[in-house]
Amino acid sequence: MKSEVVVETRNLSMYFGGVKAVDRVNFNLRENELRCLIGPNGAGKSTFFKCLTGQLVPTSGDVIIRDFNGTGRLPHQIARLGVGIKTQVPNVFDGLSVHENIWLAARRWHGAPRARTLTGETIERLKLGDIRNEPVGRLAHGQRQWVELGMVVAAEPWLVLLDEPAAGMTHEETERTAELIREINQQATMIVVEHDMQFIRMISSKVTVFHEGRILIEDTMDVVSADPRVREVYLGHGNA
Amino acid sequence: MNWSRENRWRAVIVAAGVLFTLAAPSMLELFTIINLSTAIALAILALSLGLIWGYGGILCFGQTAFFGIGAYAYTIAAVNFGGSSWAILLAILAAAAFAAVLGYFMFYGRVSDVYMAVITLTVTLILYSLLRRTSGPEYKIGNALLGGFNGVNSPPLNLPWPPYTPLYPEHVFYVGMAVLIIGYVLCAWLVQTHFGRVAVAIRENELRAELIGYDTRLYKLVLFTIGGAVAGAGGIIFCNGVGRITPDVFNLYNSALAIIWVIVGGRGTLVGPVLGSFALFYLTTWLGTQGTVNNNLVLGLILIVFVLAVPKGILPTFISWWDKARQRRSMQRRELKVRRRRGRASLLEEAADEK
Repeated sequence: MKSEVVVETRNLSMYFGGVKAVDRVNFNLRENELRCLIGPNGAGKSTFFKCLTGQLVPTSGDVIIRDFNGTGRLPHQIARLGVGIKTQVPNVFDGLSVHENIWLAARRWHGAPRARTLTGETIERLKLGDIRNEPVGRLAHGQRQWVELGMVVAAEPWLVLLDEPAAGMTHEETERTAELIREINQQATMIVVEHDMQFIRMISSKVTVFHEGRILIEDTMDVVSADPRVREVYLGHGNA
Repeated sequence: MNWSRENRWRAVIVAAGVLFTLAAPSMLELFTIINLSTAIALAILALSLGLIWGYGGILCFGQTAFFGIGAYAYTIAAVNFGGSSWAILLAILAAAAFAAVLGYFMFYGRVSDVYMAVITLTVTLILYSLLRRTSGPEYKIGNALLGGFNGVNSPPLNLPWPPYTPLYPEHVFYVGMAVLIIGYVLCAWLVQTHFGRVAVAIRENELRAELIGYDTRLYKLVLFTIGGAVAGAGGIIFCNGVGRITPDVFNLYNSALAIIWVIVGGRGTLVGPVLGSFALFYLTTWLGTQGTVNNNLVLGLILIVFVLAVPKGILPTFISWWDKARQRRSMQRRELKVRRRRGRASLLEEAADEK
């Protein structure tokens, strides 16, 4: 028995002038799934991501999250559905402490006592205890990414959308992030936009390949990486 | 962040304010006290801008608009009602309502920071030229003639209970200090609440605040409205201190001045802008009596120096110095302890060797 579809796009399109960044995409995601979106630069995966999260209003088509039509909604309205979002460039509160960052996310959905314990738990879970009082602006890139992940986790979302969570990380940091993602996936459905093939193998999920604004293929990593069309779009014509 | 330490400082500040209020009238001349109430009114304006810009990150170049509206609304209402109690309430409400309407269009229209500054400044200047053209007898609201660039005489505050005795000019000082201290306590409380912490988060990163589910437009609107109300309360004290209100309150000089106070005093603190306003008020008054240098020239110079050399403002710079000095001191103390322990250990070793 297959579980329920929780994220669906119907003919979703985003045009910038004449450029079809996302072109009539029909996408389905089932509950508890962990899906990676990959594709070469300019394939439209980040634009697709921004349409899902309310950062862009699509030119046409619909985004449906559970029974809610999320098309053209604002990010806070999407978040209100119980969706946790991490953007490509770390968006954190630079001037505030690690603790304050995570508390703000936890407090949005919980009363003060619960938010306090949840913040403590999240800091523990992400191993940020040593730097909990540091301003996030002073942390290394990888740590900032984890603080952002912490903010996503602290809200206890049922759906988690991550845009390049391992970008700019060292090998060890990437491994730790992959571990975290598998952990988060125990409780939440996930979409992860990623470049790094190694990383996708680590989290071993089903993959959707974007190319020129459309879905090229959708399958497991092994099938996808063996597909000649995927090799062609990644390496270019004649090199396949 | 250590809240209890900050609250200790806040208590000290409030105590200093109360002490000053009680002591000043017996120590200073009457003229100085009356003059002080104008400075206090401006300090309340600085406080309001310190709140919305310093904490909320909303660069309002026309905070004087709400200040002036508070003053005009009070004056017009007091002339018509023949008393000050309802006029005070109405003035604060008018300033808040004006801020709410203006803020609604800016925040829900997603106007970016720079344009927000331009719009707020323009609104103030529009009020300035509008009120300057109201000199004819046909421009009156109820019994209150608007009086064009001459402005309107403001009826004095009176006791809110019978026999409704009007207050003397020196009493405005007490009312002003009360409003300043209460306003400060309210703002200091507000920035510690969940609401206030979200407002600061929005200043740090608006998109992130949205992504974790906060409707940033609403938060900014509420903060801006509160700022408008505080500025309006300042306006009431201002027109009582001066005795009249003229369109000059809306001019470019005053709106820029408010920004300079906050830059000099420091964003992200509430006391900083208040101190900045007092310092610059007395500096410009003193320069005025000297008559040798142009006020604007000096203010411009101060602005340039602060933006280049002390960009965080006096108070935050002072706080970070203080923290660093304390850290150094505690580190020295620790080192001393370690050295002493080592010394003792070596003595013990020597004793053991002798045995």
